[in-house]
Amino acid sequence: MTGREPRPTIAVVVFPGSNDDRDAAWALRALGADAQLVWHGKDELPPESSAVVLPGGFSYGDYLRCGAIARFSPVMRAVEAFADGGGPVLGICNGFQVLCEAGLLPGALRPNASLSFVCRDVAVRVEEAAAPFTSRCEPGGRLVIPVKHGEGCWYAPPELVDDLDRAGRIVLRYEPGENPNGATADVAGVTNEQGNVMGLMPHPEHAVDPMLGSGDGALILASLVDAARDRMPATV
Amino acid sequence: MRATVLVRPKTGILDPQGDAVRESLRHLGFAVGDARIGRVVDLELDDGDPAAARAEVERMCEQLLANPLIESFEIELDTQ
Repeated sequence: MTGREPRPTIAVVVFPGSNDDRDAAWALRALGADAQLVWHGKDELPPESSAVVLPGGFSYGDYLRCGAIARFSPVMRAVEAFADGGGPVLGICNGFQVLCEAGLLPGALRPNASLSFVCRDVAVRVEEAAAPFTSRCEPGGRLVIPVKHGEGCWYAPPELVDDLDRAGRIVLRYEPGENPNGATADVAGVTNEQGNVMGLMPHPEHAVDPMLGSGDGALILASLVDAARDRMPATV
Repeated sequence: MRATVLVRPKTGILDPQGDAVRESLRHLGFAVGDARIGRVVDLELDDGDPAAARAEVERMCEQLLANPLIESFEIELDTQ
């Protein structure tokens, strides 16, 4: 990074009960983006947004099902339109749950098989190293990123898992023995069919500085910043 | 009119809460083969027509109350 590269605007949505929004914004800013917090009640994203992050937390108290109520927030219509137009959307933890409930991502997230809230570093394998979320990762590389959730057990029926696998849409898998929640096929992160929407349970925004245990999450967020920069209107 | 919606995890979906409750019941000496935990939603409806009310509650289930990938639902109407 030269520091002279343009800073793309990345919208970080704030739901009532989000609690990783500021961490995500901080990490994105440190990685060269102009992160803007956007309240869920807004009908629109900032017009210059070139990526969107749905952060972790407990939107609407996780009432009914995690993410089930947040998906109907006014801002989600704008997020869906942004995704339909090919814009990159990353959902982290609760954001992943919201995207699954909204039908933007396949599968559903159920209570952890252990019934325990799990809060620790996990190792995940990068199954697909590609834009817009993992272009800075090595294919097959190992990332250590923390998880912290009670309902991160991703579920999809076996035939859907096979389809996703064949299509290269399972981007991140927990390493053998590392699955913290009982997720089907060790899935830690998946994309939509077009590849521009991804959700993951681990928190890359909590792993952007080796001083705090791991900097591996920065590879994912910096990939997103790269993709967002590529989508900026050309300024000559 | 009142409606009660029963939402259940579909067969084959891992239900760790049900498993924990089954084990707890067994510890208490009850002979329990399986336990599954769902959710009850009691609704008060303005609609006086049972067929229309049922159709309305079905839409509620499809849009919000149940996630069709992992949950099934049942609707009971109380027309009293």
